[in-house]
Amino acid sequence: MELTGAEIVVQALKDEGVEYVWGYPGGAVLHIYDAIFKQDDVRHILVRHEQAAAHAADGYARATGKPGVVLVTSGPGATNAVTGIATAFMDSIPLVVLTGQVPTPVIGSDAFQEVDTVGITRPCVKHNFLVKRAEDLAETIKKAFFIATSGRPGPVVVDIPKDVTDPGIRIPYEYPDKIEMRSYSPVERGHLGQIRKAVDLMMAAERPVIYTGGGVVLGNASEELTGLARKLDFPVTQTLMGLGSYPAPDRQFLGMLGMHGTYEANMAMHETDVLIAIGARFDDRVTGKIASFCPNAKIIHIDVDPASISKTVRVDVPIVGQVRNVLSDMLRLIEEMTCEPNREALARWWERIGAWREVKCLSYDHSDKVIKPQFAIETLYKVTKDSDFYLTSDVGQHQMFAAQFYPFDKPRHWINSGGLGTMGFGVPSAMGVKQAFPDADVGVVTGEASVQMCIQELATCKQYDLPLKIFLLNNGYMGMVRQWQEFFYDGRYSHSYVDALPDFCKLAESYGHVGMRIANPADLEDAYREAFGMKDRLVFLDVVIDPEENVYPMIEAGKGHHEMHMSPHLSSERELA
Amino acid sequence: MRHIISILLENEAGALSRVSGLFSARGYNIESLTVAPTEDPTLSRMTLVTRGDEYIIEQIKKQLNKLIDVVKLVDLSEGPHIERELMMIKVRAESGMREEIKRLSDIFRGSIIDVTSNSYTIEMTGDGNKLDAFIAALDEELIIETVRSGPLGIARGGKRLTLTA
Repeated sequence: MELTGAEIVVQALKDEGVEYVWGYPGGAVLHIYDAIFKQDDVRHILVRHEQAAAHAADGYARATGKPGVVLVTSGPGATNAVTGIATAFMDSIPLVVLTGQVPTPVIGSDAFQEVDTVGITRPCVKHNFLVKRAEDLAETIKKAFFIATSGRPGPVVVDIPKDVTDPGIRIPYEYPDKIEMRSYSPVERGHLGQIRKAVDLMMAAERPVIYTGGGVVLGNASEELTGLARKLDFPVTQTLMGLGSYPAPDRQFLGMLGMHGTYEANMAMHETDVLIAIGARFDDRVTGKIASFCPNAKIIHIDVDPASISKTVRVDVPIVGQVRNVLSDMLRLIEEMTCEPNREALARWWERIGAWREVKCLSYDHSDKVIKPQFAIETLYKVTKDSDFYLTSDVGQHQMFAAQFYPFDKPRHWINSGGLGTMGFGVPSAMGVKQAFPDADVGVVTGEASVQMCIQELATCKQYDLPLKIFLLNNGYMGMVRQWQEFFYDGRYSHSYVDALPDFCKLAESYGHVGMRIANPADLEDAYREAFGMKDRLVFLDVVIDPEENVYPMIEAGKGHHEMHMSPHLSSERELA
Repeated sequence: MRHIISILLENEAGALSRVSGLFSARGYNIESLTVAPTEDPTLSRMTLVTRGDEYIIEQIKKQLNKLIDVVKLVDLSEGPHIERELMMIKVRAESGMREEIKRLSDIFRGSIIDVTSNSYTIEMTGDGNKLDAFIAALDEELIIETVRSGPLGIARGGKRLTLTA
């Protein structure tokens, strides 16, 4: 089969099984867009800004586990996509991003719409390529998919100069079945000796905690994790990225840990004697002050990325491998060794945890006059818990409230930018999810500041009939910024008040959607139900909430897990040592 | 502590910037870095000298290994190894000083590779300390220009850093 470079790009995507490409055309990719025009297998979704293309592909990847594909032009097309690429990189999301480049003869001449895309993206991709010959396209694209999806996943950029896709040049096409790279061979299985050491530690543990992160979601190890935790009766806490991979309503679940984690999760971390970290990377929002992190614990760390191990916190038993393989090997070993955890000590541990739970750290002042953000999320759960519901989020207080108050019970259903914390992620990522699962309900929880960072995508939603339900928790502030200014800057709210807000209902309507404004707590549930009832319409719910509610508990940056600020609603501020 | 790390990497455009970018992005220091193709034209060999405690060096090695273009690496400082650095130094050699400078160069096993009526260019190899010592032995006023390659390193004995080893 003889194809042009542009046709090779599209054919390679087909051969890779790609259903959707999110993108935006421009000069350097016109040949590729022409090849897309001539076929129906790969569907192109036209976004309104390249950042959204990357977020939409990212949302698709997070929800399905398949790589997301992006196509943008050179120069500003590529630079606009960078925020989305960096977002995917920080959360280890597999993306293949095809960027147009100026023709090879003019590379380096400051040509129109030229940037050094490979140079700009280098620090925020797993790998990137500049393809200089059409003959290298197929193999490079194969490599890009292989690298993006294997080991610790991540975004891969393939930069394609315009002359490489020249419609005048045809070359033989063959898509490789398999790729071998001498410089890249991710570890699959964990070392059995290390796993045995971990099991020995776990069986002797008196106060164990399982701490899991996004790796369990990405590594499809939810079942194995649940199996292991249930078998051993160990408590489980999760990072923001890990939520959903263990059913939150379960008795053994302590809630999220870290800066806005629950009292019981953070106290358990502080007192644990054996910490089992699975697919988690000891991020600063989780660990707080490293010197006070799990001061009494032996630490087991299972991760596919050797560079994650002992990066910030030194561990005692490192296990490098796919978490799913390691956990099944671990379960098998436990069965073969017929060993039992220390049930007596565990009973005492659960008793202690029970006392911490009694604090009810997430309780808040209910109000029948003003909608509390916590109540807005609790109501969302009430309305959606029996359906197949995906929730994406933007970044800020609403994201934390969702993480705290929506008990996710399935992996890949809670989708948010944890590592980079990218405002503007919510709406476009939900478009990717909805494209992948048209029959599922897909919601976005957002704030009036975040949502405006990618608001233009309401047009994309209209064009492709993506009936998202957008829950705007509108407090008029950049809530998390305001909260920090209240706590640490004596209430000097420097530029955190979002003045001159649009009328969001009219805005949604002008894009052809439905807008609803809710300010009364009593109307909330009915409004939600009405919104979900409109199956084929995007409904934008402007939920007016208490303007100055804070997220509690909170650990200040640089403090230990035991130094939580509790809600003033609780009888006394607790700082338990 | 000072470490000398040898790296085999794909001889591809941008591979060097991936390594140097990693060091600047993560705040690791590079004392010196040399790179050239090997007898296998698809591979380059890089010798990198860095400093850090055991924990930092471990991280550096892991992060380097994570780069897709890095095929293999070894921390030569972990075992017996040989280091050599090349220096070319141009010195003032006026009539009264020419013999003295040549003798000094001979003592350090340098060779004079370029001569003018008032200057010598001396080529010298050795480990960094030896080159430092030669510079220290010269009157500062005499030095016109120096250029040093940064160290190259290789393990002693049968050990090797190749694709197959």
